[in-house]
Amino acid sequence: MTRAAVNGSASEIASDVLIEVRDLVKTYRSGDSELRALDGVSFSIRRGEFVAIMGPSGSGKSTTMNMLGCLDSPSGGLYILDGRDVSKLSDNELARVRNVKLGFIFQGFNLLPRLNALDNVALPLVYAGVDAQKRAVRAAEALKKVGLDSRMRHRPNQLSGGQQQRVAIARALVGEAPLILADEPTGNLDTKTSEEIMGLLAGLNAEGKTVVLVTHEPDIAAYASRVLRFKDGKLVEDLRQTPRRVMGNGGGEDV
Amino acid sequence: MFEVLRTAVSSLWANKTRSMLTMLGVVIGVGAVIAMVAVGNGASRQMEGVISSMGANMIVLRPGSQNLGGVRQGAGSGATLTLSDIRAIEEECWSIKNVAPQVNTSAQLVFENRNWPSQVIGTTPGFFDIREFQAQKGRLLDGEDERSAAKTAVIGETVARELFGTANPLGRSIRIRNIPFEVVGVLAPKGQSAMGQDQDDTVIVPVTTAQRRLSRSALADAVNSAFIQAKDASMMDSAMTEIRALLRQRHRLSSDREDDFDLRNLTQMLDTMAQAARVMSLLLAAVASISLLVGGIGIMNIMLVSVTERTREIGIRMAIGARRGDIRVQFLLEAMLLSLIGGCAGILLGAGASLAVTKFLQWPTSVSPAAVALAAGFSCFVGVFFGFYPAWKASLLHPIDALRFE
Repeated sequence: MTRAAVNGSASEIASDVLIEVRDLVKTYRSGDSELRALDGVSFSIRRGEFVAIMGPSGSGKSTTMNMLGCLDSPSGGLYILDGRDVSKLSDNELARVRNVKLGFIFQGFNLLPRLNALDNVALPLVYAGVDAQKRAVRAAEALKKVGLDSRMRHRPNQLSGGQQQRVAIARALVGEAPLILADEPTGNLDTKTSEEIMGLLAGLNAEGKTVVLVTHEPDIAAYASRVLRFKDGKLVEDLRQTPRRVMGNGGGEDV
Repeated sequence: MFEVLRTAVSSLWANKTRSMLTMLGVVIGVGAVIAMVAVGNGASRQMEGVISSMGANMIVLRPGSQNLGGVRQGAGSGATLTLSDIRAIEEECWSIKNVAPQVNTSAQLVFENRNWPSQVIGTTPGFFDIREFQAQKGRLLDGEDERSAAKTAVIGETVARELFGTANPLGRSIRIRNIPFEVVGVLAPKGQSAMGQDQDDTVIVPVTTAQRRLSRSALADAVNSAFIQAKDASMMDSAMTEIRALLRQRHRLSSDREDDFDLRNLTQMLDTMAQAARVMSLLLAAVASISLLVGGIGIMNIMLVSVTERTREIGIRMAIGARRGDIRVQFLLEAMLLSLIGGCAGILLGAGASLAVTKFLQWPTSVSPAAVALAAGFSCFVGVFFGFYPAWKASLLHPIDALRFE
């Protein structure tokens, strides 16, 4: 902050922006017809924001999420993540970006069934080339943070849905990525558990993580400080709001 | 790398039955290659053993076929070869080293209250040199025995065992066709011949004695066959030419008549047989390799199934930072592990099968290190080759499609 105040340069201001999307276009071809899933979308997200992406199915919100997650490449436009244009990176470079810059949380948890909680959380570090001892320590820390330190040796099928999603959150945290992408993270959970998971995400956001969330439930979107609404492949609303207050301690008791 | 290995082991372990069955293909393939090569090797080793036990540069001379009123009999049926012929060969052919005529007859041997059927060979002292027979007890026959047509005999170990048991046969008298022979020596054992005959089940007497007292041939001087040894390998052809010329002259055969004797290069014959054994072992190995190939295809099949089944896992791994190369290595390693473990088990199986063949079928086998190395290498290659396509297919999955896969 001090240096920014001294220099006041454009680059320093730009570095405050984590995600910069310009005229993003994604078209899918099926036979002769061409489907424009994203039709020139532009927005930027600053560090520390909690953004909910909403819209009906087919509106382009999932496509946007895939772009942001570097799981898919845009057909046109620009995507600058943390100061780097990632729209034209190679497959391997994209894998590296996903590993270092992003943490994913999915609706279906997407844990590996054969690995216990600790190994699931440590998996991104395997691909980052961290040695085994450090992996175990960092994975244990991440699990502690989501309140699952007593269940590190449990396999996903020995955990409840809420607990599995906590493991997934720990996995998103372990690489210390600045951006957490959550795709309908509460879609498979009951209301009470959903609130706990959202409390956890809000807590992480309060600690400085940028969180981008896709949801179609207004209750869930209410936790965000900003809502991007999509329709027919276009961004139709960009709304800032006062986030819903978190009930209780999100990282607290197990379900 | 260790992490990838651990992942591979755990995913193979998760599908134990399937992994075992997949491996079984390679186990059987490798086992078959090793066992077949071992059997083939054993056979050609045995042939080589026979060749060296026969002695080198050997020519076999036998009387020609007899012509009975236009009906030709088989080779050796005639009585056209005489001891004088053999003596002439010994004296006049300079390419040869040694000649041993044989007067063969089979007879019931009698010692006290025991008897045993055996083949009786009447021959000259040169026989022991040519066939590399040695005495384990007593002495061999010598020129004096031959000249005097002595009633002396050297017996093989089998005969000694059957007639005398553990007693010392030396100096004892056995009866061959009611004629008493003194046992002067016992031959050192030689085991089976190329044709599976027991070479120790034999009695050797002087050729002169055999002709006079044992032979039932119409021609008193006839011999049944002769082993002739050339001076060295390069003289085999000239030795055969000399013998042929000499015998044709002695038998007064005009140029338009066929030989009335039969000359064969025995070493060459055995070489041919050894060659055949080698070709056979190659053939067996080739057939066995096909089963290894089938095993490899089994691996590919299962790995393809595995890739499809684990599409979601691949998607998750990619989403959290796995590169395409990481995915490829993971699946490749699993395939290699399958084939490698299968290969090791196959080596044990093959070695075990070879031992069993030797034990129960009495076939000689020899598990060669080269075959083991070849099979191990080939099974590794099978793993890489047949694992590569599924691994490559897995790595080409698009992360989103893989994640959405149900």
